[in-house]
Amino acid sequence: MARKKRVVEEVNSSSTADIAFLLLIFFLVTTSMDTDKGLARRLPPPAPKDAPKTDINVKERNVLIVLLNSNNQLMVEGLPLDVKQLCNKAKEFITNPTNSPNLPEVFDVNVAGMGKMKVTTNHVISLQNDRGTEYQAYIEVQNELIRAYNELRDDLASAKFGKPYNALSEDQKKSVQEVYPQKISEAEPKNYGGAK
Amino acid sequence: MSKFSKSGGRSMPALNTSSLPDLIFTLLFFFMITTTMREVSLKVEFKVPQATELQKLEKKSLVTFIYAGKPTREFRAKMGGETRIQLNDKFAETAEIQDYIAQERASMKEEDQPYMTVSMKIDKATKMGIVTDIKQALREAQALKITYSASMKQ
Repeated sequence: MARKKRVVEEVNSSSTADIAFLLLIFFLVTTSMDTDKGLARRLPPPAPKDAPKTDINVKERNVLIVLLNSNNQLMVEGLPLDVKQLCNKAKEFITNPTNSPNLPEVFDVNVAGMGKMKVTTNHVISLQNDRGTEYQAYIEVQNELIRAYNELRDDLASAKFGKPYNALSEDQKKSVQEVYPQKISEAEPKNYGGAK
Repeated sequence: MSKFSKSGGRSMPALNTSSLPDLIFTLLFFFMITTTMREVSLKVEFKVPQATELQKLEKKSLVTFIYAGKPTREFRAKMGGETRIQLNDKFAETAEIQDYIAQERASMKEEDQPYMTVSMKIDKATKMGIVTDIKQALREAQALKITYSASMKQ
């Protein structure tokens, strides 16, 4: 009695595409590929509570005071300024190219890999804002200040190493940072004029 | 004479679709791998400010988020139209930030803890008062690496 050879019927796979489509659409909808971007900053460590309030003595020429009031108006060193001009102003302040007595002190510093460089070691940009300032205005100012540093660093990097700052090695980055250290101080908030 | 007439009765062979599922599956896997499920449901509305000097946040696992903005419409009746802070899934006061950061830090791997970054997603129309409060709270909590989340200016 010869057995009849059973033929296994092939599974109809035409609907796998549909199933896969459904899954695909589900993941397409739930996916969020936005990579988060932002301005990276570092906050100063908290002031110890029991420490007496001592004002660190900083020479006036070493400080660039940037004020932002509750109407989002900018004042730099006592004079009103447009946000667009802040970057150049900050650059001039950081480098002090003419060795002006009103701008920060310039020191000759030996930087690894670059030799003697003129560095305004003690410069500080003091950014003060009102509680009523709009966040967008604040970010714009921060952005301009960071841009000033980034452009200076890029210029130096391409002059010394022939590459933009981001393409440098860690050691080279460190030397560049030594020439242009990022010093933006954010003072404790105060009320500057207007809305309470 | 009609060289181009279509009366020739040539029929197109049916397109072989047997590899279509494979194609779709490839796409599917791509999206499955790249997808990150939204972990929190947003209860505040915000449009991040615009800037140009942006840096990418590299490791998602090191980042903690703080949201601030006006409550969305469904919560407006309950919470009012004032700017509020959102931590994880609920509204919070500035006083709660410190605990929240401590909690988030504790849930991280120990070797990652020094690299913890706090990303502040804040609406661009927010007053700086509340932002300053958040910053002060973060300083107290020793979370000093922060980013102001922003979008690229066109």
